Amino acid sequence: MKELEIYKKECLLEILRLYKKANAGHIASSLSCLDILIFLYFRQMSDQDHFILSKGHAALGLYTVLAASGKISQDELETFYEDGAKLAAHPPCSGLLNGIVFGTGSLGHGLSLAAGKALSTRFTGKNAKVYCLLSDGDCNEGSTWEAALFAGHHKLNNLIVIIDNNGLQGFGSTIDILDMTPMKSKWDAFNFDVYLVENGNDLKSLQQVFQSVQFDNPKPKCIIAKTIKGSGISFMENKMEWHYLPMTDEQYSLAIQQITS
Amino acid sequence: MRKEFSRTIASISRDDSRIIFLTGDLGFMALEGVRDVMGSRFINVGVAEQNMISLAAGLASEGLIPFCYSIAPFAVLRPAEQLRLDVGLHNMNVKIVGNGGGYGYGIMGATHHALEDIAVVSSFQNFHCYIPYCNEDVQGTVQAMLRYGGPSYLRLGFGVVPPSLFKTDFAPIRKIASGDKLTIVGLGPVVLNAWKAIEKLEDHSLADLFAVSEMPLTQLSEELMISLNRTKKLLVIEEHVSRGGLGENLALFMVKYQLNCQFIHRFALGYPNGLYGSQDYHQKLCGLDSQSLSADIQTLLRLS
Repeated sequence: MKELEIYKKECLLEILRLYKKANAGHIASSLSCLDILIFLYFRQMSDQDHFILSKGHAALGLYTVLAASGKISQDELETFYEDGAKLAAHPPCSGLLNGIVFGTGSLGHGLSLAAGKALSTRFTGKNAKVYCLLSDGDCNEGSTWEAALFAGHHKLNNLIVIIDNNGLQGFGSTIDILDMTPMKSKWDAFNFDVYLVENGNDLKSLQQVFQSVQFDNPKPKCIIAKTIKGSGISFMENKMEWHYLPMTDEQYSLAIQQITS
Repeated sequence: MRKEFSRTIASISRDDSRIIFLTGDLGFMALEGVRDVMGSRFINVGVAEQNMISLAAGLASEGLIPFCYSIAPFAVLRPAEQLRLDVGLHNMNVKIVGNGGGYGYGIMGATHHALEDIAVVSSFQNFHCYIPYCNEDVQGTVQAMLRYGGPSYLRLGFGVVPPSLFKTDFAPIRKIASGDKLTIVGLGPVVLNAWKAIEKLEDHSLADLFAVSEMPLTQLSEELMISLNRTKKLLVIEEHVSRGGLGENLALFMVKYQLNCQFIHRFALGYPNGLYGSQDYHQKLCGLDSQSLSADIQTLLRLS
């Protein structure tokens, strides 16, 4: 776990540095799911498994983890947000980047894509699990629930959905906009095997929940991870505006200080 | 064309285990044979077209060849973003099949008609649209679509062809009848209405008749260029709105190649009187029936 904490800190610093360099937003979205990405890439997923980031706006979180795990180079990572780069604000399409099969950014696509990949193993005979990370906003989309119905009905037991349940979405709190509670009952009702992790920004808690997942259960799995948008940076935590804002020089210095102190 | 399509799929899926068939809960009295042959590779995904298309992209990313079947507007317009992003931009080998192109579903009404499908789909990256011009043409068109190996849309309709007009070898533009005074170009089976109009003329050899079966057109065939240069008179017909359809596509080439023709364009007008009827009824309202086309042909022939 100590090793993962080191990766996390490295990625966190890279996320802040590159968002600052790009003068770009979506910082809090990447921070919200960074622990989940770290755990999946460094502990959970095997080489034949697949990952789909349905909440494509957290792309830089994924890019830094891909770089830390050696799937893309540091030089490539440096091109984030530049003209002529593969590393756009949302993951690129067409398999341009190693480790990213599907470009995303429009919510509500990821779970169907993941279900297709999970279903394919029944015809190809491959032994692969498919992990798909959804946001709260993803769960507003009707297409997500079409996919959930399909996955539950067809018992896609190699499909693992993780919900980055930070309670904030594009223009306010989920509970005020489209109340998704009770989230667990919803996924239960769609015939998923549902797990909860109260602190989805804690690697140990994530380890515990993933260890408890019964992969031989015939149902698809759903892990609802309670997270904090902007996790790790005090002035960003649980603040909707950090979905969008870039950092000033002072804010960047303060953020770095909070991580390194 | 549904039955011809079903027979074709049943046949090719026997030899190619990569083919997976998804339907959005449609296919009664048409797809039962496909279901029997394909077994677990035939999946009714339910009335959930958005999921069907992205699911298919996921399958295609693993080397499988999914077909996604529904009534044309539900196959194309409901999940348009899924087609644009997950299939088109990613260049996935997914085959969309829309039954009832144009006014094919007649009195079922506007919800079941597909008048804008070619414009929408052909504007998406990497997509090719295939439009068989008669029932017998379905098998060759499906084979052409499979040879392409990328995002594809098959628009099925209905077309009974006189044997003399059937050309077995698929091409985006095919000359199916010959003449020297007038050029007629039609999108898919509506071209057969023009043939009926030609048959009413005393001389059946006044018009070159071309069927277009793939959109967007990326070039004009030499035969069509020769015809346009010779006749200088062009009638374009399509059961599709004008915007983004065959007429506009051809017009760009005509400007590019400085082909100056007398030009009549007949296309889907939507619902000009707000009322509904059979496919024949709607074709007549749009001037796409054989009688109206006869009048257009006479008009063009009279022009100097």
